[in-house]
Amino acid sequence: MKKQVLIILASVALLLVSCGGGGSTTGKQKQVTLSAAGATFPQPFYNLAFKKYNEAGGPLINYGGIGSGGGIKSLRDQVVDFAATDAYLSDAELSEMPGKVVHIPTCIGAVVIAYNLPGVTDLKLTPELLEGIFLGSIKMWNDPKILATNPGLVIPDMEITVVYRSDGSGTTYIFSDYMSKVSPAWNTQLGTGKALNWPSGIGAKGNPGVAGTISQSEGSIGYIGYEYAFAQKIPMAKLMNSAGFFIEPTLESFTAAAAAEIPADTRVMLTNSPNPSAYPISSFTWIILYSDLAYGNHTREAAGATVNTVKWLTGEEAQAIATSVHYAALPQNAAIQAATLLKGITYQGETLLK
Amino acid sequence: MSGDRVTKALLFISSLTILLLSAGIVVSLFGGAVPAFREFGLRFITSSAWNPTSGSEEYGAMSFIAGTVITSILALIICIPMAFSTSLFIAEYYRGTRTSGILRSLVDLLAGIPSIVYGFWGFYALRPLLVASGLTDQGFGVFTASLVLAIMIVPYATSLSAEIISMVPSELKEAAYSLGATRREVIFSVVIPSARSGIIASFILALGRALGETMAVTMLIGNANVIPKGLFAPGNTMASVIANQFGEASGLKMSALIAIGLLLFLITALVNYLGKLIIRRFA
Repeated sequence: MKKQVLIILASVALLLVSCGGGGSTTGKQKQVTLSAAGATFPQPFYNLAFKKYNEAGGPLINYGGIGSGGGIKSLRDQVVDFAATDAYLSDAELSEMPGKVVHIPTCIGAVVIAYNLPGVTDLKLTPELLEGIFLGSIKMWNDPKILATNPGLVIPDMEITVVYRSDGSGTTYIFSDYMSKVSPAWNTQLGTGKALNWPSGIGAKGNPGVAGTISQSEGSIGYIGYEYAFAQKIPMAKLMNSAGFFIEPTLESFTAAAAAEIPADTRVMLTNSPNPSAYPISSFTWIILYSDLAYGNHTREAAGATVNTVKWLTGEEAQAIATSVHYAALPQNAAIQAATLLKGITYQGETLLK
Repeated sequence: MSGDRVTKALLFISSLTILLLSAGIVVSLFGGAVPAFREFGLRFITSSAWNPTSGSEEYGAMSFIAGTVITSILALIICIPMAFSTSLFIAEYYRGTRTSGILRSLVDLLAGIPSIVYGFWGFYALRPLLVASGLTDQGFGVFTASLVLAIMIVPYATSLSAEIISMVPSELKEAAYSLGATRREVIFSVVIPSARSGIIASFILALGRALGETMAVTMLIGNANVIPKGLFAPGNTMASVIANQFGEASGLKMSALIAIGLLLFLITALVNYLGKLIIRRFA
């Protein structure tokens, strides 16, 4: 009997091992296959760009939209060729990585304040009003403070329903990063993070969930990625930037936020930009990859394909694709920095891009 | 080796795989939950704090336990009259008729609808109705979620109860009829008493399903990580918070979510065990 159990256990173990070894990322096919994972925020752009790149003879790229956190984990476990994130890695996170990691900005996404208020499509908001609304001190739409900022606008007497992201997300991170910069009360009460301890309101899952909830609920307001508000034609508020101008969310005003000086490793938040024509809540989204691509069972071929893909992604052709799906293109300075960083990527110490 | 022994070995292997899988799930849930329990101790269960901001991280499962228990119990209360009367209709009153057959397949059809479709229906059809009724401002909250949950578990409770009601021996019923009992009297004094524990068990199993339901609840409960302040206030459930937050979670937060998963596993296992216990007594 004991022998029988042993044999069965051994066969189960064998079965498990043989199943586990099946899926290798870089097979012997002629076409190179890359695997990547991470942020959902830029996923519409990546999906379209990778598809076009593949059609033009580039590698087949399987991108899993599993969230920035999941992407970082996958890169740390060295199971992907590159990852994507909406929040740059902190020094602590970088030190937990088994190798040196490089950030390459790929486009600029913006978070807009979308609202559903019958008869109102031209709402202006200041940082003070955002703080009041999202922290719950302003409860009614016809609050004197909102009326004072929007003279001449007929705003109905309605209760404000705040809609936020119930899942952890880069969108929440970018919005809270901005709010923490402009509101000390926000900074102490909620802080910056991918998920927050919201005092009131309703949580909805994902950008589509928040967009759907806002468009279905009169009196609601929330923050979502620009492309979602744009696609669903939900009104977006003009926001007062740090120079005191009310700025409409447009691709130009997003790109303007990146026209300032960017650190060499591109790890910077673009929120609350000093540029007078910049929309205040926008951010780079990054591809992250190891600075030396010789790890695990990574071939030189895959490494070359990885660097070329990311280089193409920051080039003119892919940036035009980004604009077509409502992400703002990288400004000149950021594109040059991305190219410089990519030249430093190596395989066993040997540079991959000439 | 004889064919018999081969069959025996194959069956043994497949059942052993199930056993290993369940054991593996429990072990990895325990392992993942350790950091959260080490950090917060039993306070993890009793506290309703949920603050993911780094630096002041604090996690407690109470809001989600409360949300789960309240929505499930409420769903069960709403489900009982619907499921009970439908099962009586199918298995006793209209037993063997065409109507009963159609109704039975409709109930089975309800069981086959994916959770997300119920969620959509709740979001786009039921919620506006509740808002129009003036009961609630935005229609998100415990009540809306419970209502949809109730409809989702009705098929389970109904088909199990109907099965058990139809198992009541006809000799018993015939004896009652021969003593001059009316149909109503037979149902209420013979059928229901002898099927009682089975019917209760079917509702407990339905409750077990309600406890773990995720997608439809997420779409309707409002996902506020607090103990619900009322029937129409938003809240969150254990399954829903895990589905929402695990994608971007790491470190202590990930451990807290796994710990919630472990608690949910234990609660569901307990409820199912109770159901089985009652069924065994009946059989």
